[in-house]
Amino acid sequence: MSSKSKHKPRIGVFKFASCDGCQLSLLDAEDELLAIAGAVDIAYFPEATRAMSKGPYDIGLVEGSITTYQDAQRIQEVRRHCRTLVTIGACATAGGIQALRNWKDVDEFIRVVYATPQFISTLKLSTPIAEHVPVDFELRGCPINKCHLIELITATLAGRKPNVPTYSVCIECKRKANVCIAVARGVPCLGPVTQAGCGALCPSYDRGCYGCYGPMETPSTVSLTSQFRILGQTDSQVARAFRGFNAWAWQFRKASEECERT
Amino acid sequence: MTGRGARTIRVDTLARVEGEGSLYIKLVGERVADVKLKIYEPPRFFEALLRGRHFSEAPDITARICGICPIAYQMSAVHAIERALGVRIDPAVRLLRRLFYCGEWIESHTLHVYMLHAPDFLGYQDVIAMAKDHRAVVEKALRLKKTGNRIVQLLGGREIHPISAAVGGFYKTPTTQQLHELVDDLEWALDASLATVRWTAGLTFPNFEQDYEFVALRHADEYPLNAGRLVSNRGLDIEAAEYEDHFVEMHVKHSNALHSVVRGRGSYLVGPLARFNLNFDKLPEVARKAATDAGLRPPVKNIFRSIIVRAVELVFACAEALRIIHEYEPPATPRVEVSNRIGVGQAITEAPRGILYHRYALDENGLIVTAKIVPPTSQNQKRIEDDLREYAAQLVAWPIAEATWKCEQAVRSYDPCISCATHFLKVVVERENVRKDIQG
Repeated sequence: MSSKSKHKPRIGVFKFASCDGCQLSLLDAEDELLAIAGAVDIAYFPEATRAMSKGPYDIGLVEGSITTYQDAQRIQEVRRHCRTLVTIGACATAGGIQALRNWKDVDEFIRVVYATPQFISTLKLSTPIAEHVPVDFELRGCPINKCHLIELITATLAGRKPNVPTYSVCIECKRKANVCIAVARGVPCLGPVTQAGCGALCPSYDRGCYGCYGPMETPSTVSLTSQFRILGQTDSQVARAFRGFNAWAWQFRKASEECERT
Repeated sequence: MTGRGARTIRVDTLARVEGEGSLYIKLVGERVADVKLKIYEPPRFFEALLRGRHFSEAPDITARICGICPIAYQMSAVHAIERALGVRIDPAVRLLRRLFYCGEWIESHTLHVYMLHAPDFLGYQDVIAMAKDHRAVVEKALRLKKTGNRIVQLLGGREIHPISAAVGGFYKTPTTQQLHELVDDLEWALDASLATVRWTAGLTFPNFEQDYEFVALRHADEYPLNAGRLVSNRGLDIEAAEYEDHFVEMHVKHSNALHSVVRGRGSYLVGPLARFNLNFDKLPEVARKAATDAGLRPPVKNIFRSIIVRAVELVFACAEALRIIHEYEPPATPRVEVSNRIGVGQAITEAPRGILYHRYALDENGLIVTAKIVPPTSQNQKRIEDDLREYAAQLVAWPIAEATWKCEQAVRSYDPCISCATHFLKVVVERENVRKDIQG
C-alpha cells in the first residue's frame, strides 16, 4: 500500500450458483477472522452482514458459476466494480458440479426437479467466471483451502502473486510419506492429474483422490486413463471419475469425452 | 396515493442467511395483503444430476448442496442408500456418525447464534461490528465454533465437504487417542455453551407466539440426530419410508425452492424448536436444566426464542460428544463391504435446520435411477411466510426501516439455508404511499 492511501482495502464477496462453502471458509478462519476484519474493510458480504456498501472494491471474491441470464449480466457489473477479481472454488473456476448439466438436456433436468417448468429460467450451460469476464486469479478447490484464501488476501494487499501450489496431489502424498494407494493397493486415484492444495486428504484417509482441486498445470490424463483401465475400470467409470466437481475444466472435460468415444 | 394506500417492506438481498433470497410484504392500510419469500438462488438440479452416478458418490455429491451442513447431506445419503442395499453398520460406526453430526451442530449453531442472529438482537449490522463492543463474546463464539470444526476435521478430513463419510461406514476411523485429544476443548465448549444459554436468555424477544405443527424425529433412547420415527404434535408418527405419503411439495411461481406441506393440514415447522418441543425428555440432564433455568419449557411457540433453543442444543451436542468419546471403541473395520443390488431406500436425519429427507432408487450396477431430496428450509418456507403474515400485521404502524429489520430478524430465526432449499432469501415490506421508493 502506498503511504498516501489511508483507507483500508475494501473487499466484496459475490455469490453465483454455489453451495456457499467457499465464502464460509472466510468465517471458518476462526483464528484469523478478527485480524482480517481489522486489516480490511469487508464492504459487501451478504452472508455475514446487512451493511452492503457500493463499489468500487479493491478485491472482489467471486463464488459460484454462471447459470442464468441475470447472473451473466450481474458478473459484468461485479467486474466493473472490482480492481482485482478472484474466483474462489470449483464452481467459479470450472463451473462446479452443476456443470454436469452441460452434457444433458437442461429442460429435461427442470422437468425432473420442478412441477411447473415454465416458472424456472436457466441457461443451458453452467460456466466458469473466466468465460464471461477477465479474472485476475483463480483459487482452486471444492471447497477452497482457507489458508490459501488468507494467503491470497495478504498477497494481493502486498501487491505480489499468491503463493499457492500448481503441482499435483502426488507431491503432497510424497511429502506426507503416504504409501501410494494406487500403486500399492490398486485404488483408482486422480492425484497424478489433480492440483495440490488439500494436503492429499483423500489418500491420507484411505481413498482415491476425486479431483476436487481440478486439473494441475500439465496433467497427463491420457496416461492416467490407461492406468485406470489396467486397474479394471470401465470407460464409463473413468468418464465418471473425470466428470466430478471440475468436470467442465477443459483437461478433465476432454478426458471424459474421450472415454465416451471409445 | 396517501396514508391508506399500500406500502411494501422489501429486502432485495436478505443478509446473514445462507444463499440468495428476498422478502416482499405488501401492507394495505392495516392489512397484510401479500407475503412472498422469494428464492432466486439459481437452481442446480441435484436430483437430476445424481441419476447415473454410483451410490458411493452420493455422499460426496449431495454434500455440495450446502457448504454449511454438508454432514447432514452425507448422513441422509448414507442411511438411505444403506437401507436400499440392506446394509447393517457397526454400532461403533453409528456412534462415530453421531459424533460427526455433533461437530456440525456445534459449528453451525454457533455460527448462527453469534454471527448471524445475535447482531439483530443487539442492533448491529454484523458480528464484526458487534466485536468492537463485545470482543470477549465474539472470541468465545469463534473458539466454540472451532471446537465443532475440530470434530468434523478429525472424522471427516476437513470442515467443509468432508471426505471420509462412506456408505457402510467411514473411509478411515480415528483412534481412541485422537478422540481423547478433543476432550479438553469439549469440556471448555460445554461450559461455553451453558454460558451461551444464559446469554441468549437475557436478550429481548418480541411477543409473538404461533400455533405450529412441530415435526421432528423421535427416538426411544436419544435426542434425535441420525435415527428415529418422524412425529408431530398433531399425531403424525411414521417411518421415513412413509414420508412421501404424508408430505407434498408444491411449486410456486415466486420461488426456485419447492414449498412443502403436511397433506391435508398445511405448513409445519422443522428445526430446533420442533426437536426441543418433541424431545425435551430425551435431552441430557445438563441441557434440560440449562433450558429450565433459562425459563424454557416445552412447548416453546415463539420463533424468536429459537436462538435460546439452539444454545440448549449446543449444550446437548457438547455433552453428547463427550459421552461418545468416553464410550468409544474403534469398530472392527472402518466400513462394511457393500455390493451393488437393486433397491429403494429412504432416510431422514436432523440437519441443524431440521429434518432432511433423501430417497434413492438403485439399479443392479449400483447406479442411481432416481433421487429425491427434501431439505429443511423448503419445508419451513411456507411456515416462514405464514409467520410473516401474522407478524407484519403487528408492525403496520412502524417506520418502514425498523419494520423491515424486524421481519428480517423473524426470517433469520429459522436459520434459512437457501442454497439447500433451491436445490432460497431477500426481505421487501411495501406500503402504497411510499411506492416510489421501491425499485425492481
